[in-house]
Amino acid sequence: MSHTVNHEPVLGKFPGTNWDEEAGALVVPATQAVAVAKWLRDNDAFLLDYCSNVTGVDYLEREIKEKVTNKEGKMETVVRTEPSRMDVVYHLYSMQKQTGPLVFKQRTNREQPEVESLTPVWRSCELQEREVFDLFGVNFKGHPDQRRILMWDEFEGHPMRKDYTEPFDYEWEPTPHDEILEKHQRGKVIV
Amino acid sequence: MNTATAPNYELIQQDGLETSLLEISMGPHHPSTHGVFRMDVKLDGETVVDLKPVFGYLHRNHEKLAENMSYLSSMPFTDRLDYFNSMTNNWAYALAAEKLIEVEVPERAEYLRVVMAELTRLVNHVSLVGFFLNDLGALGTPLLYAFREREKILDLFEQASGARMMCNYFRFGGLRNDVPVGWIGRAREVVDRFPVFLDEYEQLLCENEIILSRTQGVGNLSRELAINAGITGPMLRASGVNYDLRKVDQYGIYDRFKFRVPYGEAGDCYDRFMVRMLEMRESVEILKQALEGIPEGPVMGNAPRVFKPNPAEVYGRIEGPKGELGFYLIADGTPKPYRYRVRPPSLINLTVLRDMCLGGKIADTVIILGSIDIVLGEVDR
Amino acid sequence: MSILGGGIFKGMAVTLRNFVGSYFYKDRLTTNDYSWRPNDKLPQRAGDYPKEEGEQRRDTTTVTNYSRNFPMLLHDGGEPMDTVRCVACQICERECPPQCIYIEKSTEKKENASGKPQFYPATFDIDVSVCMSCQICVEVCPFDAIVMNSQFELSTPNRFGGLLLRRDDLLKSNGYYHKIHPEEAAARDKRIAEEKAAKEAKKKAAAEAARKMAEEKAKAEAEANEGTPDIQENAE
Repeated sequence: MSHTVNHEPVLGKFPGTNWDEEAGALVVPATQAVAVAKWLRDNDAFLLDYCSNVTGVDYLEREIKEKVTNKEGKMETVVRTEPSRMDVVYHLYSMQKQTGPLVFKQRTNREQPEVESLTPVWRSCELQEREVFDLFGVNFKGHPDQRRILMWDEFEGHPMRKDYTEPFDYEWEPTPHDEILEKHQRGKVIV
Repeated sequence: MNTATAPNYELIQQDGLETSLLEISMGPHHPSTHGVFRMDVKLDGETVVDLKPVFGYLHRNHEKLAENMSYLSSMPFTDRLDYFNSMTNNWAYALAAEKLIEVEVPERAEYLRVVMAELTRLVNHVSLVGFFLNDLGALGTPLLYAFREREKILDLFEQASGARMMCNYFRFGGLRNDVPVGWIGRAREVVDRFPVFLDEYEQLLCENEIILSRTQGVGNLSRELAINAGITGPMLRASGVNYDLRKVDQYGIYDRFKFRVPYGEAGDCYDRFMVRMLEMRESVEILKQALEGIPEGPVMGNAPRVFKPNPAEVYGRIEGPKGELGFYLIADGTPKPYRYRVRPPSLINLTVLRDMCLGGKIADTVIILGSIDIVLGEVDR
Repeated sequence: MSILGGGIFKGMAVTLRNFVGSYFYKDRLTTNDYSWRPNDKLPQRAGDYPKEEGEQRRDTTTVTNYSRNFPMLLHDGGEPMDTVRCVACQICERECPPQCIYIEKSTEKKENASGKPQFYPATFDIDVSVCMSCQICVEVCPFDAIVMNSQFELSTPNRFGGLLLRRDDLLKSNGYYHKIHPEEAAARDKRIAEEKAAKEAKKKAAAEAARKMAEEKAKAEAEANEGTPDIQENAE
């Protein structure tokens, strides 16, 4: 079985990182990402030489209702606003030691998302980071060839973001209903 | 590791002749590119100087569609990711989702899952060898011999699930329905005749001098580059790394079966081809053991009818026929996933296409692409 | 053997064996006969099937028991709209992955085969150019009202609306379902009968319990009533 990796040494060696308990992931600030990644790849205790999956997650600003016990001991609902952010998540494994996964996250804001590219450390991030750039709009500093990969080059917008709206250029539908029927009736569809 | 740099080619002047580089776009409509895939190659005569792969022609944004549908409704869309192996795609998704709700899969369902997955592996490897030989120039003969066997297996799939290719058979907690009466007997017949077909196929192909001279030494991939570039599947094993998820993760009940993992030395196209031929024989071994040991019982566990997992993140991966197929799911307590990500083996295996093709001839590019084994449904999703 | 070309000759021996063998052995020659009869007419609407062999032309060598191709609405015999099982709950419309179903609920209720007045679908359209026969609608339907048909002769030269199956095209009887998918239909009927029997048994048990409680209550009241005349006599 794949054994899980102990993350404690990383927190000790790089003081800027912390451990997100809910997600089970190591959150690394963007300035230290390449250093931590190189250390994880080369250090004998870890030898995480295989980066399996790189993905982006988009979080809008949302309100979370939590039930907590207040000072008098009664349950009450507390509303907490979680700020918006964008995550780039890496899943790391070790082929030589057959351990893993270690989840590695870089967090950034949504307005000008920018993180460090880990392509110089693991070559498998090259195409996947291009996809995160294409679909989410995250800028990877140090990526050798950052351009759109799945959408065409002149496309505007980043489709996987949560607040992405599709443009009004649908093709003709033979049996329209619901929103598409409304669009037909408003004359917004190119036949 | 840096990306490979193209060697400096000077324009040759011989006898007053000035030459320049030829830029060709191979694809997207091309009989050898295994789908709508385009390669912009720069040629000096017949030697490849630079190569840029372009894809996205089949992009359907499966990941965003899945965010608007319930977990069960995106199961048919996973069939269409890597359209040759619908059963293993289903299993990867079911595995990831089962980690979210922690439901137990009954024994009979586990055995049948292994049977379906190994039959899918046979289908994929045999089609791949057929298409690889198509690219080499043996137009049709090995491909159609392979498809004769594939038809038998697709008939088995149709009898079990109702459809030949887009099976939609796996569910969270088991399978959709039990196999019909007599299916196991028919499956045993197909599996027993498969080694005879493999012997004939090997006699046709493996000592053929044309194949040997065209594939040996072509498209070498070193071990270190393969690990660093995240290559998985038969391509990784042909470069000499012993990493098979069926042995490492032991998902399902693979720890009960005795099978070997073939791996190669040189990492060229011939090794990738031979690793797949040998893997087919190992799959037949697993199938024989699994078909003998299927117990009676239900095929569906106690999965909740309304699938609302607690907020959690999970990454489930299997050894698909093309490499490691993984699903990363983030659940947030609603019936729809918050983030749904497919880790496509074909896309990541294409990272090293340029490295392998530079300096070779244009004809070798086609063979190298054929040996990587891509399916555009998975590359583009 | 180190003759140059020895491998190629071995390969050619295999090809020759396959070629000659295809005249004698059936498993080396795998083709099916799909000949088209000269007086076949193309259907003009999706719904015009050749009527001579029932509802569709069936190639029994390839269509198997579970094979599925586009849904159909079930009714329990007789006039279709009197015994239709669908109550227009719209669950299949929500869960359908390519969103090819369009349902409009009726405005009043009508009695169907189960006895209770239920809504019925005033419009139930399936766009078969979009439907991918994934069977999710069958799985999520709580009333066993929609099941998979196996009709594949649906081509029509009518480009606009020829591939839109309306409610009346989709309604097929339970008897037809038994003809095309006998095992699955039998299993489904068995399960419906078992669930009905379980529900009846539960209702009966609940009625028994209620009756018993009413009896005991009456007995207790009768005893209490017998008690009071004594008190009254004593009081007098």
